[in-house]
Amino acid sequence: MSLPFLLEIGTEEIPDWMIPGALESLHLLFEKAEIPHETVRLDATPRRLVLRAEGLPERQADSEERILGPSKSAPAQAVGGFARKQGVAPDELATESTPKGEYYVFVKKVAGRATKDILAESLADMILKIYFPKSMYWAGKNGPRFIRPIRWIVALLGAEIVPFELAGVRSGALSAGHRRLGSPEIAVTVEDYERRLRDHFVILSAEERRQKISRELNGVRVKMDPALLETLVYITEYPTPISGSFDAQFLELPEEVLVTVMRHHQKYFSVQDAQGKLAPKFVAVMNIDADPEGFVRNGNERVLRARFNDARFFWETDQKKKLADRVPDLAHVTFQAKLGSYLEKAERMMTLVTDLGGDARAVRAAELSKCDLTTELVKEFTELQGVVGGLYARVQGEFEPVWQAIYDQYKPESMEDSIPRNRTGQIMALADKLDTLKGCFRVGLIPTGSRDPFALRRAAQGVVKILVEGKFELPLLDLIAGDEALQSFLEERVRFYFKEVRGFKYDEVNAAMAVGWSNLVDLEARLARIQDLRSSPDFEPLAASFKRTRNILEQAKFTGGGEIDESLIEAGPERDLYDEYRRIAGQPIEHAISKLRPKVDLFFDKVLVNAPDARIRQNRLTLLNTLLKEFSMVADFSQIVTNS
Amino acid sequence: MSSFQEIIFKLKRYWADRGCIIQEPYDVEVGAGTMCPETFLRVLGPQSYRVAYVQPSRRPADGRYGDNPNRLFKHSQLQVILKPSPDDVIEQYLGSLEAIGIDLRKHDLKFEEDNWESPTLGAWGIGWQVMLDGLEITQFTYFQQCGGIDLDLVPAELTYGLERIAAFLEVRDSVYDIEWTKGFSYRDVRYLDELQYSVYNFEMADIATLWKLFELHEAEAARLLQAYDPKSPEKKRFPILPAYDQVLKCSNIFNTLDSRGAISVTERVGVIQRVRKIAVGVAHAWLDQQQPVLTAETAEVAQ
Repeated sequence: MSLPFLLEIGTEEIPDWMIPGALESLHLLFEKAEIPHETVRLDATPRRLVLRAEGLPERQADSEERILGPSKSAPAQAVGGFARKQGVAPDELATESTPKGEYYVFVKKVAGRATKDILAESLADMILKIYFPKSMYWAGKNGPRFIRPIRWIVALLGAEIVPFELAGVRSGALSAGHRRLGSPEIAVTVEDYERRLRDHFVILSAEERRQKISRELNGVRVKMDPALLETLVYITEYPTPISGSFDAQFLELPEEVLVTVMRHHQKYFSVQDAQGKLAPKFVAVMNIDADPEGFVRNGNERVLRARFNDARFFWETDQKKKLADRVPDLAHVTFQAKLGSYLEKAERMMTLVTDLGGDARAVRAAELSKCDLTTELVKEFTELQGVVGGLYARVQGEFEPVWQAIYDQYKPESMEDSIPRNRTGQIMALADKLDTLKGCFRVGLIPTGSRDPFALRRAAQGVVKILVEGKFELPLLDLIAGDEALQSFLEERVRFYFKEVRGFKYDEVNAAMAVGWSNLVDLEARLARIQDLRSSPDFEPLAASFKRTRNILEQAKFTGGGEIDESLIEAGPERDLYDEYRRIAGQPIEHAISKLRPKVDLFFDKVLVNAPDARIRQNRLTLLNTLLKEFSMVADFSQIVTNS
Repeated sequence: MSSFQEIIFKLKRYWADRGCIIQEPYDVEVGAGTMCPETFLRVLGPQSYRVAYVQPSRRPADGRYGDNPNRLFKHSQLQVILKPSPDDVIEQYLGSLEAIGIDLRKHDLKFEEDNWESPTLGAWGIGWQVMLDGLEITQFTYFQQCGGIDLDLVPAELTYGLERIAAFLEVRDSVYDIEWTKGFSYRDVRYLDELQYSVYNFEMADIATLWKLFELHEAEAARLLQAYDPKSPEKKRFPILPAYDQVLKCSNIFNTLDSRGAISVTERVGVIQRVRKIAVGVAHAWLDQQQPVLTAETAEVAQ
């Protein structure tokens, strides 16, 4: 008989962003427990992590265990002792031949254990192993750790409770409804679980909550924001959107500021008018079913008004002192204790932008770039640093490339984000990031494992992305001037970028980077060529031959040098290969590949490189080495992984 | 409609009914109710404890001369410590909101992740900010560590922002319009505090004097901690509590210097470390002081 299984871990409110990961972890742990099942489904709300599986056997299959006894030639006394220990008569023992001879053996029948018992033993441990980025203890110092206190557990196999205890909570068949709309205790069965929750205002499925929000938004033109939607889906058990409005006079404030207040501080969707402009409206998502008297709407409108008033106050206060007049104040803002103030950083950046080919505007942008750190608005909304500087620079009459460069200076903030929109901004962002990387590596602030307090990985990734996508033909390795740790750190980011972001195969990236990666624009072009070449039928065989060539050269400890001595070349495949090389040398590999490949194949087929005559051998090695070098300008093809 | 003081009375009554000692505010300046000895010291060690008190909390940098409708130099926190935290702590908390007249069926309540940390106290916890119709009304924390010490029993700390809750209940756009009691607004009672302390903290506090005071209080705390002898049979008499007052003085002076713009970001970390050092020292000494003196004899018995 197969049984359905339900596990609900009832907790206090779990941080929304940790929930999907926790479910994934729970799923893996369940699979690892090797309890047979047909299907499994995971769901969660802020207050519960739920695993449901179908098709569990009532018991595990029976099995046999073979216990080896004494040798067949052992005295009867020993055989009797063994039999007694197994609880059988000696004539009930079987025999078995082993490499060491005939032995007595006892075949023990092990009845399959009840699945319920296995679950009862393993669930507490499984639950405590769920991975969370941060955890707490709540039942005393040596108590269990979890993301938030566990308050109830439902564990049912078929109609029966799987009994266990965790942190003083006994598993049972009582779930809990919505904190305010449902009952605190609701009896459930595996079959009616989801429906019972719904009766008590808990929508178990995240997808359903997502759809409820989207559906009830209809008619309101909200600015799409999938990340915010996810947050709201996992912060509610019964989400219901409501719209509110704010005084249109606040629209005088920059849209960036208004949206940040709504999005980050209040978790509201912003709303656009028919022309796509920000409208004086917002949508909040409640965790209850309705707001018939408008209390929730009014409350949220008041909070937003207060926040906008604050923002306006800061905006107006900040205007009293121009960015340019704030430069000296940067002397009091520390960039990093060992690396000095932001004034010093700005001065370094002003030099660096010039080295990177920036003009007077890039220098101006670098000079003003960090001044917004001294403004009230940035102190209040730190996530708007850069953006606020750009907005102030615009109001204060800086040229467009300058204010845009300041605005975009922290771009790209992720691999999906775009690079700064203009050249001045790209140069300044490069200078900023390179300065941070060089400085931090110089004073030993090097990221280790998951610890990266200065976000150096992101900075390095930004450098790579800007260089490639901004088509900067700059020698990256010269820019970091011999810092080996930084060099290998950047090398890793270059590899990551071309593999994970751009989708090149790992061996293509290895092959292309093996012949150099300082100029990333050139590297990108070579990678594109390898990708194209790969579709040629001659490519893989040639790559295999190159690998063979490299192995031969390595085995022969060939150190290069020397010219090919034509007189030593034998007629036939060797001469053919040499002639072909002479014809196609200097041509791009794309043209040469189809002509070269058959000659190389034939050479390896017919010619013995390790000729007995040392001079001939040396000449052949020289020929191979010359070929390899000639056609390894684009990539080291021997690094290509071939099927042959 | 509930006046400011009515809300306080109701909350105190509510928590008194649930076994809390009702304390009056601590009489040394603090930045938060957490810093009072009733929280900072009582959460240490294996003794159960329940306490509630209103604590005027001073944040010099948050002063706005009484001009900003939502920002205060000195706001009032209702601080509740339930040690150990009961299993139904959230239900009890929700009950307190109902007790002051918030019909939770008609309002939107969310628990949003917000982990609290105080580097100066060597304290941190896990918890939420509680949002009511988009307004943060309470910080809810399960303490994990205090004075750098892992806690034996995990207390729940509830910190209610009383001005915000009153403004919410009375539907006021400005905290200054809250009715403190009939005939007196919040402005009548507190405006001058806000104005004068803003002037002092931002304009007139003498930086050299404050540094001198900071060093004096720091030295006094250090002197006492140095003198504490865990082996003394008289250790119960030792003035750890007064030593802690010196820590609080340092913390408040640090905040004032900060609002005066007298501490650079580089210095900041160092000064926080200095306060933390004496705070941690007090926590360890306090914990030790609660234990019986370990003499040679008792040590043997204990083995």
